[in-house]
Amino acid sequence: MDKVIQTSRLTKRFGDFIAANEITLEVFQGEIFGFLGANGAGKTTAMRMLCGLSKPTSGTATIAGFDIYKQTELIKRNIGYMSQKFSLYDDLTVLENIYFFGGIYGLSNKQLKEKSTELIERLGLKRESSKLVSSLPLGWKQKLSFSVSVLHEPRIVFLDEPTGGVDPVTRRQFWDLIYDAANKGVTIFVTTHYMDEAEYCNRISIMVDGRVEALDSPTNLKKQFNAKSMEEVFYQLARGAKRGD
Amino acid sequence: MRTLRFLLQKEFRQIFRNRTILAIILVVPAVQLMILPLAADYEVKNINITIVDLDHSPYSQKLISTITSSGYFRLTGYNRSYKDGYKLIENDKADLILEIPASFETNLVRDNENKVFIAVNAINGVKANLGGAYLGSIIGRFNNDIRLDLVHAPRFSPRPTIEVVASNWFNPWMSYDLFMVPGILAVLVTMIGGFLTALNIVKEKEVGTIEQINVTPIRKHHFILGKLIPFWVLGNVVFTIGLLISWLIYDIVPVGSLGVLYFFVGIYLLAVLGLGLLVSTYCETQQQAMFIMFFFMMIFILMGGLFTSTDSMPDWAKMVTKANPVTYLIEVMRMVILKGSHLRDVTKHLAVVFLFAIVLNGWAIINYKKTS
Amino acid sequence: MKQFITFLKKEFAHVLRDKKTLLILFGMPIVQILIFGFALTNEVTNARILIVDQAQDDISQQIIAKISASRYFEIENIISDASQIDRAFQQGIIKMTIVFPANFSSNLAHENKGQIQLITDASDPNTANTLANYASNIIQDYQRETNTLISQPFEIRPEVRMLYNPQLKAVHNFVPGVMALVLMLVCVMMTAVSIVREKEMGTMEVLLVSPFKPILVMIAKAVPYLLLSLINMVTILLLSVFVLQLPVNGNILLLFGESTLFIITCLTVGIFISVQTSSQQAAMLISLMGMMLPTILFSGFMFPIENMPMPLQIFSNIVPAKWFYIIVKSIMIKGVGFSGIWKETLILAGITVFLLAVSLKTFKIRLS
Repeated sequence: MDKVIQTSRLTKRFGDFIAANEITLEVFQGEIFGFLGANGAGKTTAMRMLCGLSKPTSGTATIAGFDIYKQTELIKRNIGYMSQKFSLYDDLTVLENIYFFGGIYGLSNKQLKEKSTELIERLGLKRESSKLVSSLPLGWKQKLSFSVSVLHEPRIVFLDEPTGGVDPVTRRQFWDLIYDAANKGVTIFVTTHYMDEAEYCNRISIMVDGRVEALDSPTNLKKQFNAKSMEEVFYQLARGAKRGD
Repeated sequence: MRTLRFLLQKEFRQIFRNRTILAIILVVPAVQLMILPLAADYEVKNINITIVDLDHSPYSQKLISTITSSGYFRLTGYNRSYKDGYKLIENDKADLILEIPASFETNLVRDNENKVFIAVNAINGVKANLGGAYLGSIIGRFNNDIRLDLVHAPRFSPRPTIEVVASNWFNPWMSYDLFMVPGILAVLVTMIGGFLTALNIVKEKEVGTIEQINVTPIRKHHFILGKLIPFWVLGNVVFTIGLLISWLIYDIVPVGSLGVLYFFVGIYLLAVLGLGLLVSTYCETQQQAMFIMFFFMMIFILMGGLFTSTDSMPDWAKMVTKANPVTYLIEVMRMVILKGSHLRDVTKHLAVVFLFAIVLNGWAIINYKKTS
Repeated sequence: MKQFITFLKKEFAHVLRDKKTLLILFGMPIVQILIFGFALTNEVTNARILIVDQAQDDISQQIIAKISASRYFEIENIISDASQIDRAFQQGIIKMTIVFPANFSSNLAHENKGQIQLITDASDPNTANTLANYASNIIQDYQRETNTLISQPFEIRPEVRMLYNPQLKAVHNFVPGVMALVLMLVCVMMTAVSIVREKEMGTMEVLLVSPFKPILVMIAKAVPYLLLSLINMVTILLLSVFVLQLPVNGNILLLFGESTLFIITCLTVGIFISVQTSSQQAAMLISLMGMMLPTILFSGFMFPIENMPMPLQIFSNIVPAKWFYIIVKSIMIKGVGFSGIWKETLILAGITVFLLAVSLKTFKIRLS
């Protein structure tokens, strides 16, 4: 299977502080890869490096085959991203946001028309398509945000804590969208601190104090740590953590 | 190119939906142009004078009435002593004291040395200068008049005199508005162009949408152009509104070519927007951006020759004005609007402003990193 | 009380952490003093002028020499072709042209009257007037000097004394104004934006739910800026006295007392604005347009209030900076004591109390 993300000892320092310490991992095409860790463990830092938003201090990596130091613009063309803070423009309508981001990624007018209709139907936003995004409830914003991030059918999509603050039903719907995308061949790289979401992933890694302390499928991890749930696994690993809440 | 089109669509949509910005574009020019010239009137009228007449003679009375009927002064006091007059100055009820000594008429008639004493509240330098000058010339004229009375024909032999004739060009009614309005137009364009650009980009930073842009394949220069173009257009719109208001309210019609004006303003805007851009690359919050922009704007505007003349500045200050883009705009505005200067007269200004545009925008582009 | 101190500490931390803003906060008064103190002046000196000498004789040469020696003028060029005058003005460099016509000397000798023409660029009417005056004076001086053999009979000679500011330095006018401006800017804008920021971020609600009285929240926000402003005041005073040689003729304690009052007035204005607005952008705009501009215009330090049309003059009375400017000028330059400024002090205090009361009332209404 294709390795879409390959990193070797990827590190990010801020002065004396090592935010991400020698991250080494591989992610395969079509996987749903969960990137877990407590707040402050270094998840966001690591992910920002993989997206080309932040330059690593040392180490190497290739994303979709492109070098993380020299080919960041090429990486960006092949990935999608959904940030923790809102990535859509509040003062533009649903349709305007879709057209904007689609157009930026190079979709033709025809493609934009087709995909936007498809997306709006899929999400049930027909009546809201001409409303400003600011008027949507949080859950819908998030679903819309995700759909926009995969509009251009990227090889990988990076999701930074995408389901913060929504009810369980909406979360479930969100993960339905993720599965859809994965089935179409998009690799999903998602960070979260909801342990139950960990169960939805093919493989996960757990970061503690800047290091990757575990990397395997949820089933294997539970066996390895003799735990009944991912929460327990996490608790065992993160208990001695110095950074975080 | 397509990317740019999408970017511009988004920017313009956002601008038109932002009520605050629309209010700024429409209200600020109107307010500035209407109130500033009304308030910023440096013309000196109504100088308050208090007179201490220790002579009480027909000639001293005549001098006093000449002064009060001149139209420049308002007689706010008639005191018995210099000390009393001084109190009026302390209370800001008088700007000048004229003391006519007790032997005024006697000395005058006998052609002895004859002095009058003038004390001027010089806190306000302009008023002091002009007040002193007016009073001096009134006394001089009074002097000439009575000289003709007192002198008997044979004693007076005609002497060659030089007559100075003054004429005022470009501003026949000596209206201060004509001086202020072009300057205010310059300030308007500068402030709106600079502030709006800086705040806009920093807002995206604060809210987080800039990260979303950074992660896309949008090229740096596209993003920056996408920000510059809408505000460049806005700057021109504001300038046009300003010109219209100047015409409607002050009857100011540019003597020179509108084409030259717009051409210069176009290039100038590039420089000012570049400054806004540059500032935005150094700030994380809108508060910071606003404060820093205000700081620079204030320096530029004060040192630009808007209120005080750049000629009178010390050498080091003159160098600063040379490094100040606003100086050039104010000069060009006044030159083209009031004197009808041509394109060839402002080529030097154009070149300098163009240089500013390149340096500021270049610096901003280098600074703006999609990857940090 | 302990809670208040904790809150106060947090506010100080916020303010001190923002290094860029702090830099500007302290740098601004220094820069302004430098500019106003050294660069800006209402004096007209080194004005660049053009001379058209068509006479080119002894007399015109002598007069030109006198003008050249004067510090008011800087001769840019001497030409003999009058048709160049238009162009010269259009090029924007010269402010005045002095023309000696071709038959100047012969007229003087035969008809006892010779004419010199002054053409001023009246775009700036005051400068034009002043320059014309200066030039006339120099020419009259020349006349007096060369005609000493035949002295003017019956001459009245005015003796002029400049009070308070013999060198016509602009500082005396500007420095009190700069003080008002800087204090106003910091206190109003920063306080308003700081409070509104909490509203925008939603953290204000958290505070309101706590047992902490809202009025204390606002006071805690204002205190750091009070201290910063006092430091700024001291800086400005030190600079004015030692660098600009501006005397402090009155009581320094009184000056500090009045300044503290003015600072509190400005802080109240900031609080008032913050209660009325809900977005940072709006708070900033209102502070700038609504407070800064009026302060510059109507405090009286840049533009004389008595020149303004009546409605504006009346309006200027509600601008706190106007009263503070009068107070500072009176204390620093005229050396007046409290008895001379009690009226203005009362007005400032009145404005403060009024604004505070309205703010509290509005705030309570919003809550309920």
